[in-house]
Amino acid sequence: MTDPIAAAFIDNPAFIPYLAAGDPGPFDEPPSADDAVAQTSAYIDALVAGGADIVELGLPHSEPIADGPTIQQASVRALEAGMTPDRFFELVDDLPADLPIVAMTYYNMVYRYGGSPGVDEFIEAAAAAGVDGIIVPDLPVEESDPLCAAARDAGVHIIFIAAPTTTDERLAAVMQRCSGYLYVQARLGTTGSQTDVSDQTRSSLGRVRSFETNFERDPLPKAVGFGVSSGEQAADIVAAGADGVIVGSALIDEITGAGTDRARAERQLEALATELAAGTERGAARRQSGPERT
Amino acid sequence: MSSDGMFGEFGGQFVPEALMPAIEELTDAYDRYVQENEAGFMDDLQSHLRSFGGRPTPIQRADQLSERYGCEVYLKREDLVHGGAHKLNNALGQVLLAQYMDKERIIAETGAGQHGTATTMSCAHLGMPCEIYMGRHDVNRQRPNVFRMRLNGATVNPVDIGRGTLKEAISETMRDWARTVETTHYVIGSVVGPHPYPAMVRDFQSVIGREAKRQLREEIGELPDAVVACAGGGSNAMGSFAPFVEESSVDLHAVEAGGSDLSIDGDTGIAPNSATLSIGTRGVLHGSHTKILQDEDGQIMESHSVSAGLDYAGVGPELAALVESGRLTAATVDDDTALEAFHRLSQTEGIIPALETAHAFGYLEAHGEALGDTVLVTVSGRGDKDLETVIEESHRRELDVGFDLSVFDAEVQ
Repeated sequence: MTDPIAAAFIDNPAFIPYLAAGDPGPFDEPPSADDAVAQTSAYIDALVAGGADIVELGLPHSEPIADGPTIQQASVRALEAGMTPDRFFELVDDLPADLPIVAMTYYNMVYRYGGSPGVDEFIEAAAAAGVDGIIVPDLPVEESDPLCAAARDAGVHIIFIAAPTTTDERLAAVMQRCSGYLYVQARLGTTGSQTDVSDQTRSSLGRVRSFETNFERDPLPKAVGFGVSSGEQAADIVAAGADGVIVGSALIDEITGAGTDRARAERQLEALATELAAGTERGAARRQSGPERT
Repeated sequence: MSSDGMFGEFGGQFVPEALMPAIEELTDAYDRYVQENEAGFMDDLQSHLRSFGGRPTPIQRADQLSERYGCEVYLKREDLVHGGAHKLNNALGQVLLAQYMDKERIIAETGAGQHGTATTMSCAHLGMPCEIYMGRHDVNRQRPNVFRMRLNGATVNPVDIGRGTLKEAISETMRDWARTVETTHYVIGSVVGPHPYPAMVRDFQSVIGREAKRQLREEIGELPDAVVACAGGGSNAMGSFAPFVEESSVDLHAVEAGGSDLSIDGDTGIAPNSATLSIGTRGVLHGSHTKILQDEDGQIMESHSVSAGLDYAGVGPELAALVESGRLTAATVDDDTALEAFHRLSQTEGIIPALETAHAFGYLEAHGEALGDTVLVTVSGRGDKDLETVIEESHRRELDVGFDLSVFDAEVQ
């Protein structure tokens, strides 16, 4: 069987939306956890209808130090609505089997899952639920050996982030351990919308590619995130050589902006997803036709 | 500590990749300037600590307490450091180090405002721009310190997330650092965070224990039987203990905030205490593997203490390791006992201690007769910042403090 994440990058660049699992959107009184999870499923349906190739799902943590205000607020809403790791895995288990799912969460959530310290129980539960990859934004390569080993045995990818500040030496360590795709952080800061990310993206992608050439590593798909909010940005990023575009905060802004009107949130989510997926394809066409690739 | 920043199983570097190059740069600077005194950094720091900070601070025999507990009680007077707390030892060290590293800007979190104040004073003294993050709840209960920080020319950013205490302030400062890491140094205020912070802050603070050890030798010619210090994140405790860890005859006691109750409520996510060493479990918070107050899913609890400076759901990894190995005794003192100790020290010794410090004296009241012949207690800070809280809380709890509190009724509406 082809690896679902690898399959998502074949032929066309991948559009990869992010949502905080269990975040129903703004509320006056928190809904039941079941309703919140069902709402997340409906949002995922909207993203898939809009052209999502992989979905990144955040398992909310009380201390999201790498996230900006939009995802922080979504995490708070999800926790208030009763999101737990077990409900997260049930949610993933109920999603269509052919949709690649990447779980994104903080290390303490991985380490504490199952009640005793260690990473094995989280990896087992993730693999059983159908999680294809895991991103842990507060886990640098130095601390990642236990998780990487457990994930390799379970057939789950561990996806690492390459930042604008990542040195060549660190990039080598990141590339050695990373599987599935490389998350290329387009700019410094926490997650959140931003206007211009293309210059930084171009130089980051160039560095990763020259690393792959120099070390004869099998190329990993490179997906760019942090600050992407429009179809035009997605097109620019793919034209600059990215294999995928990751969008989180801009999509959650659509959910937040719809207030308590869930049907409207779903419509807006699908509309923005459609624009971003189209931008991703447009970028691929520009790349094939032209001199833009550096 | 091993070279990778581990204290036994505790410690490490759990931070986003974007920050790791800065952490590596800081580790290199710590190794060279702090540990090896490159470019005379430690001499320079010592000179600033002497002329600007008022070091060395004295030790003092507490005559009334000695009589009360039937042992020799010595106080290490960190309340006499410039700014009124031990916090300057670390803040001045890190701001000076940032200058040696050619950083252009300083950020810091603060709980009670003592670390924030020490940082803004150091920045004003050394000419560095400075921004402080402080939880909204703490801003409201520590207003004099907010005013002091602004007097020093710093920007104070209230943090409205969560309960608005130290935990949220640290998370928000890390977010600022993720944006500005290339030009900015983050002055962490306790022995917490990713390596090298726990080791570096301990080294800057261990001037407390080093001086006390030398002063006791001069005064009484021997080591104490016990060292007692309050512990929130644990910088005052680690600074007091570090020079005594190798002295096996000296017992070490870290006193945590027992708050109102030692239970934790997983459903509400609230721990009505800050007793991390005593009842916490292993986990990863703010960059290091340590003991933390958390629920069964790994969500961090909201801690509580009458003392803002102890109100934190984590603790330094080295302290967690020392408790785990049995070298260090962790104990708790609840809010009421700490408030009573606050009044006792004020009345019997003429020292108005910080509410954080009062926890150490609450422990002395409960166990003073069983700690040995000579006991060293660190007075980590002075209590001027806590006066409003103490008036309100003493009144509300109807504590017998030896005088009539009703005269303050007008102020406590």
